[in-house]
Amino acid sequence: MAKVIIDTRRCKGCELCVDACPQGVIAMSKSLNDKGVHFAQPARLEDCTGCGLCAIMCPEAIIEVEREEAQGQGPPGPAHRGSGARS
Amino acid sequence: MKSKITRPESLKNVETHYCAGCGHGIVHRLIAEVVDELGIRERVVGVAPVGCAVLAYDYFNFDVSEAAHGRAPAVATGMKRARPDLIVFAYQGDGDLAAIGTAEIIHAANRGEGITVIFVNNGVYGMTGGQMAPTTMIGQKTETSPRGRIAESEGNPIRVAELLTQFDGVKFVERCTVSKPHNVLKARAAIKAALQIQVEGKGFGFVEILSPCPTYWGLQPRVAMKMIDERMTEVFPLGRYKNVYAQAAAR
Repeated sequence: MAKVIIDTRRCKGCELCVDACPQGVIAMSKSLNDKGVHFAQPARLEDCTGCGLCAIMCPEAIIEVEREEAQGQGPPGPAHRGSGARS
Repeated sequence: MKSKITRPESLKNVETHYCAGCGHGIVHRLIAEVVDELGIRERVVGVAPVGCAVLAYDYFNFDVSEAAHGRAPAVATGMKRARPDLIVFAYQGDGDLAAIGTAEIIHAANRGEGITVIFVNNGVYGMTGGQMAPTTMIGQKTETSPRGRIAESEGNPIRVAELLTQFDGVKFVERCTVSKPHNVLKARAAIKAALQIQVEGKGFGFVEILSPCPTYWGLQPRVAMKMIDERMTEVFPLGRYKNVYAQAAAR
């Protein structure tokens, strides 16, 4: 199971994470946040693989990605460093 | 086993003043990640430019000094010479580094100072309202080149990475971009390699990062990223221009 957590209050609505997601998990909200922009939110979380591409592109660094690593399987990118799962 | 991607410790948990889709935020995060990874947070010092990134000291969770316009490499030189144990990097935009600070960067590079310079190239002066910079592309419209930059009257864009590659004092030069996730990871690797060279006391490293300015290019962030891939990389080819240590190892 993977999880994307976005601090939507600080989202500026650039939509780079929406483009980065290969699974189309992230969508822009219909409502506005306090900045008055449509913010990114994880709309189809069940499809998230935890690849972290959204977090890699986010200029505000407000996206957190969690995922379960299968035993002995290395994480895909350097952003996952320090997880201790690299074999 | 759980793995987690979070905000790096070297990046303060505050909101930046950058526009939506600005590349500075991505580059800040990459630097913070690399600083965490190399474990140098207690001895790293950044030098911020004049330009959009002038407030970088509010965002990095380590020591950052501000320098006069274009003089970041000179300030970094002084710090590094006075305290060789510090890891010193200058963070500069194209108006700062390629226009008013041309003398400083060229001579710091030629002297082979043991510092690292991160150069964020977005082809315009963002802070002052989107005027033409030395790195503005031919035909690119800005506030001061409303009909597009013309080579005959305004000159051609300066390619700083190529310019600095020729100096013997320079040990590492790479140009990368933050247009797509895989390019962001390459940029991260370049920043890490350049800082690693300094950690090992091996000399001057330079990383140029092509970055979008959606506001003054007048484009949506995703379209601006596309323009980097389609147009900007034609003028400023990506790649590792120099790494004397890799060449030495290959021989």
